[in-house]
Amino acid sequence: MSGLAETFAAAAQEQRGVLIGYLPAGYPTHETCVSALTAMVRSGVDVVEVGLPYSDPLMDGPTIQRAVDASLAGGTRIADVLRTVESVAATGAATLVMSYWNPIEQYGARRFAADLAAAGGVGVITPDLTPEEGGEWLAATAEHGLDPVFLVAPSSTDARIAQIAGIGRGFIYAASTMGVTGTRDRVSGSAPQLVARVRTVTKTPVAVGLGVGSAAQAAEVAGYADGVIVGSAFVRRLLDSAGAEPETGVRAVAELAAELAGGVRQRRPRPV
Amino acid sequence: MDPLPDPSGHFGRYGGRFVPEALIAALDELERAYQQARGEPGFTAVLDRLLASYVGRPTPLSDAPRLSEHAGGARLLLKREDLAHTGSHKLNNALGQALLAQSMGKTRIIAETGAGQHGVATATACAALGLECRVYMGEVDTARQALNVARMRMLGAEVVPVGTGSRTLKDAINEAMRDWVTNVADTHYVIGSVMGPHPFPMMVRDFQRVIGVEARRQVLERVGRLPDAVVACVGGGSNAIGMFHPFLPDEGVRLVGYEAAGEGVDTGRHAATMSGGRPGVLHGMRSYLLQDEDGQTVETHSISAGLDYPGVGPEHAWLRDTGRVSYRPVTDDEAMRAMALTSRTEGIIPAIETAHALHGALVLGRELGPEAVIAVSFSGRGDKDMDTAARYFELLDGPP
Repeated sequence: MSGLAETFAAAAQEQRGVLIGYLPAGYPTHETCVSALTAMVRSGVDVVEVGLPYSDPLMDGPTIQRAVDASLAGGTRIADVLRTVESVAATGAATLVMSYWNPIEQYGARRFAADLAAAGGVGVITPDLTPEEGGEWLAATAEHGLDPVFLVAPSSTDARIAQIAGIGRGFIYAASTMGVTGTRDRVSGSAPQLVARVRTVTKTPVAVGLGVGSAAQAAEVAGYADGVIVGSAFVRRLLDSAGAEPETGVRAVAELAAELAGGVRQRRPRPV
Repeated sequence: MDPLPDPSGHFGRYGGRFVPEALIAALDELERAYQQARGEPGFTAVLDRLLASYVGRPTPLSDAPRLSEHAGGARLLLKREDLAHTGSHKLNNALGQALLAQSMGKTRIIAETGAGQHGVATATACAALGLECRVYMGEVDTARQALNVARMRMLGAEVVPVGTGSRTLKDAINEAMRDWVTNVADTHYVIGSVMGPHPFPMMVRDFQRVIGVEARRQVLERVGRLPDAVVACVGGGSNAIGMFHPFLPDEGVRLVGYEAAGEGVDTGRHAATMSGGRPGVLHGMRSYLLQDEDGQTVETHSISAGLDYPGVGPEHAWLRDTGRVSYRPVTDDEAMRAMALTSRTEGIIPAIETAHALHGALVLGRELGPEAVIAVSFSGRGDKDMDTAARYFELLDGPP
């Protein structure tokens, strides 16, 4: 099993971007989700982000909302998310959880950190936890050797970027655009500048998310960032295969992973 | 004691900011603009003039002698927010925020609404100030409050039905937040209650304080002393905080908020956040919430769309924990009985939300006795609830 630092360092050696893939736990079922995530890893995803399904995902667009609603309706619990992490971490890929704050708070921050570390997880992305409210969480993650990943946005001030870079571990999640998750035709033009601003204050790797869905976009983002985060595009493949055999969705996810893995190895210059 | 919230937006352990980083700059900008506007005589003068000439403030304080007979003879005094323009207290806040947004150079306004009262108030303020307006409303609520949907559209607002999650107020808030994070450069989100991330709970409270400031003065003029108790219904809690806040230093004045107990707090079909919930984080704030063991928001129920919300403003959570305000549950049936009684004894049809406070006042009056004076926040009128009432009381003739 490798941590985030090792994964980013190895990719840097190979002069390529790290590919980070997301799916919400329990969608479409626990088993198919685990199959899809492990297939992702086999097809070139370096870091897996297991989403903890939440009833009020206010940073997510319609694609992820639909999958998360279905997962919750299917009865997915926090224990199932941890089981998913355990299965995926067993592949050797660095495995994170992406969770809104309230489920972690209700589970107990220390208990969640302990159980996640025991399951083999290496970190947690918390999209609605600000540094001001993160004191207890920072202590809990430090105690259990987990990387707390925080977001920066194009609207973040320099002072705030410095503050977030000062507490974030593993990588800094740069939200490419002002908005919610979901693929877009073009990755926002504000992303390269945001990544550059983060780089002036930290040596921690920077990964870009929101709106990336194709190999070409992955190549473009890998041209200026250390990592490329893809979520909705993977979820879309599963949604589109709803009703078909589970293998169909898993295969579609693996195909996209392979395309994107090719992309992060190309590092295309950005179109002007 | 220092005024609350503290500089980081907390009421004790409640409140704060739990939002995507992309919104932090906008919240900081809003807080600065609000503090600046509050210090400017110009802003206050314009708002005060509009409150008087457009909203119709001060709203009256009505004696309710026939209703009081059912309250053990205690004297009920009704603070008539139902007589404010648009029929509820909501315009106090919507107008204040719309004016602030305009001063910040924002051209587009978004809002969420449950019963539709806040949506109508925001659409009204936008029409009057020439701002573009979009209102998010859960599909369950667009169906049960169809009249208010028509009112908003009549006023030129775009109404967007929200079909995700439980399709009620909480999902309308999620969708409004998503819109805001995407369009924050030209858009202000007019939150309708004392909830959400700092500075909203503080700002909305301040815009609603006019209710309690007027009521306190009017009770003193009418009765010659402070009331024994002040009561209000609590969903998110904006009319309640507006009514209570000026009375907080008056230690002899008992403050009671009434939550929607739906079919009963022990049935699981209710929206009584403080009677049946525990602290957690939702919609950018820490407060009491109705949630399951995993922190998932649970579906709520109330016959009143305006109280059908799984959270409550963080200042209420604080006031509950300190004991300064007590919160009690009122069921659907109790509220509907109070609605009918108030209509028939006083000739005033209350909103079902308001009827929760009226039931509370009737019970409290019997507890306190005939010498007691109770000021009730009469938060809104019941026209919007006629469909629900007609079905509940079988008021209409003919085949179903």
